[in-house]
Amino acid sequence: MEALFALLVGALFTVSIYLFLSKHIIRILMGAAILGNAVNLLIFTAGRVTREVPPIIPPEFDVPQSVVANPLPQALILTAIVISFSFFAFLLVLGYRAYQDLETDDSDEMRVAEPVDDVPPPLGY
Amino acid sequence: MAITSEPLKDLSVAMVTEPVTMAQWLLIAPVVWCLLVGAVLLMLRKHTWLQPLIAIPALAVLCLLDGLLLAHVMVSGPLTMTMGSWLPPFGISFTTDSLGALFALTSALVALAAGVFGRTDVDDTGRRYGFYPFVLLMMAGVSGAFLTGDIFNLYVWFEVLLIASFGLLVLGSERAQLDGGAKYAFLNLIATTLFLVATGYLYGLFGTLNMADIIVKAPELRSSAPLMTLVTLYLLAFGMKAAAFPVNFWLPASYHTPRLVVSALFAGLLTKVGIYALLRTLVMLFPFERTGLADIIAIVAAATMLSGVIGALAQNDIRRSLGFLIISGIGVMLAGLALGSAAGLSGTVFYAVHSMVVMAALYFAVGLAARINGGFTLSAGGGIYQAHAGLAFVTLALFFSVAGLPPFSGLWPKVILVKASLDVGAWWLAAAILVTGILTTVTVGRIWALAYWRPAPVDDLTRSASEHDAEPPQPVRLPRGAIAALAGLLLLTTAFGVWPEPLIRLSQDAAIGLLDPSAYVLSVFPGEVPR
Amino acid sequence: MRTVIFRTVAPYLTSLMVLFSIFVLLRGHNEPGGGFIGGLIAASAFAIYGIACGVAPVRRAIHFHPMAIAAFGLFLSGMAGVLSIFVSRSYMSGLWTSVHFFGNWIDLSTVLIFDIGVYLVVVGAITSIALALEERDRD
Repeated sequence: MEALFALLVGALFTVSIYLFLSKHIIRILMGAAILGNAVNLLIFTAGRVTREVPPIIPPEFDVPQSVVANPLPQALILTAIVISFSFFAFLLVLGYRAYQDLETDDSDEMRVAEPVDDVPPPLGY
Repeated sequence: MAITSEPLKDLSVAMVTEPVTMAQWLLIAPVVWCLLVGAVLLMLRKHTWLQPLIAIPALAVLCLLDGLLLAHVMVSGPLTMTMGSWLPPFGISFTTDSLGALFALTSALVALAAGVFGRTDVDDTGRRYGFYPFVLLMMAGVSGAFLTGDIFNLYVWFEVLLIASFGLLVLGSERAQLDGGAKYAFLNLIATTLFLVATGYLYGLFGTLNMADIIVKAPELRSSAPLMTLVTLYLLAFGMKAAAFPVNFWLPASYHTPRLVVSALFAGLLTKVGIYALLRTLVMLFPFERTGLADIIAIVAAATMLSGVIGALAQNDIRRSLGFLIISGIGVMLAGLALGSAAGLSGTVFYAVHSMVVMAALYFAVGLAARINGGFTLSAGGGIYQAHAGLAFVTLALFFSVAGLPPFSGLWPKVILVKASLDVGAWWLAAAILVTGILTTVTVGRIWALAYWRPAPVDDLTRSASEHDAEPPQPVRLPRGAIAALAGLLLLTTAFGVWPEPLIRLSQDAAIGLLDPSAYVLSVFPGEVPR
Repeated sequence: MRTVIFRTVAPYLTSLMVLFSIFVLLRGHNEPGGGFIGGLIAASAFAIYGIACGVAPVRRAIHFHPMAIAAFGLFLSGMAGVLSIFVSRSYMSGLWTSVHFFGNWIDLSTVLIFDIGVYLVVVGAITSIALALEERDRD
């Protein structure tokens, strides 16, 4: 199971890195979304996959009675999902505003902050 | 309504039962305080006049809290509080030693200065967009990152400060800000995701995220687990956050676009959080793996400082020059990390504190200068000395400090680092630091000569007019709050320069705490036998 | 999206979803549910209302600015943890009490206050992003 998940994580990473290499903001955004999911799956796999045993302790016991799924990676993933979701929402708005104002989503043409025709500094006093 | 907490079973095996002291509350106080005040300010966003009146005293209180925390840590050693009364490592621990407390205090001082400066720099629109709430929320993230003792929690605070910094960066939504913001946001997203990947692997290997617990378990796992991969990932992720050489291009692309006070805050705080995280993970958690990576870190350090300062030399825009100077400073800090000795690390800590103060102050000074002649370019600059000699001299002092000339604070960490490099025979690292110092002097000297010292360039029409009625230029009045903020930071860097012993002692203390974290571990697990 | 059917149904759907979101929030006390998921449901309710009737009616309906709601939630969550200072326990320790209410004992806790705070943060933050995107759709 872990091996399968590891392959899936690898595939997701490949896709997201490929998308990140694109010049277009919208593809980079897609890459960011997939990257978030890849990492979540990675944390999930790193916490060991245990099937169909929810980590619930019966009322009369202090500790689980058998091997149960590890709840901590799920808590970590929940946090990571919330963060990557808010990140993605922000990036979406930012990318959209940048597209509207700069009239391009090609990162090669986004040169407002770093102009191409920047004059060199004066060489003498 | 009585508050009852009746345990059904014996909870002493899972929960902290002894009462928590006020000193321990001091540990969480900076974070909670910033969050609460930030929330209140966000609710009062429409009352723009009220914002600085609440935020500046709140930042002063933050300084006080961090000062008390540092004093307490210096007297009685590392301090721990575990959230929700769960026993570590089950609960999330906040643990700090003198390193975390020192960084937290310095960052709070810089934020206070920025808050005071922002009163005059940020107009009503910026305040309505939420300048002060974002500053407070960012400080919550920064303080949380410095004070936490849990590596996943560190990730969360990184994200908190990052999201707040996005808000600050695009304050006002100008075209250049959107452009710079997009690059900043995407590259930082990749960096934090790498951090998360590394943390996921770390959890898979260790089954714990508590830093003290990791320190205890690391030696056992060394023979079996791929720790080197893990540590290299951390180096890459935090190196990206700290703007180390091959992965630093987001910084010069974005740091000159926001409002100046925001640039100053970023310059002071954000990259140093990356340095702090590098110190914590590489030195304290995985010292053995750091030794293996030392050569790479040293090469990266030299490349960062040299490429940074050469980049600074090539810029016409003063703000972009300063952005590259931040990078070059990061290289100097990485040199100490590469050396890994107590002396080298104390140099890094000292340099980080110095850099937080000086880089923020430099952006303030450049902002005030731009208010006089209205621009940031070297080719059209000049005339500051005529208009406001005081500001020109203050800036010169800061330039001395950033270049590492006495009597300001830049000198000592460089001395310590050069000596530490020569001690281990790394003459080329020492040479890189010295060459960087010379090139920095050239850079800032040229900025001062062109933008401050020389008379304001006048076009032909005004020249012929001014020759007739040769009236001396009127001295410009600058806002008092901005001058106070700048003067405060200048005072700090001068004080560190002429009376460096307390800070040197403190940084040595921090470095020793990193190299021998037994006190740190004992504070989290009383009774545990450290490695 | 401004069809008659959708516009007629949307207010009822929205109120039903907000009600359900509060149910999910309170259910999270002991069973699956809680502030985060409840907040998402409420935020999607407002988003639906915004799609059907425009953004301005939503802003009028929730009265406060969404970011102010989120900020109040943050404040509430932060304060919920501070309460434990009075019983000398660490930050975010859960404190419980029971009150007698119409013949039932109801367990109240600081955890619930925290969860309500989370609910408000999520409602505020997601609503403000959703409304910002919906506003841009029209111009």
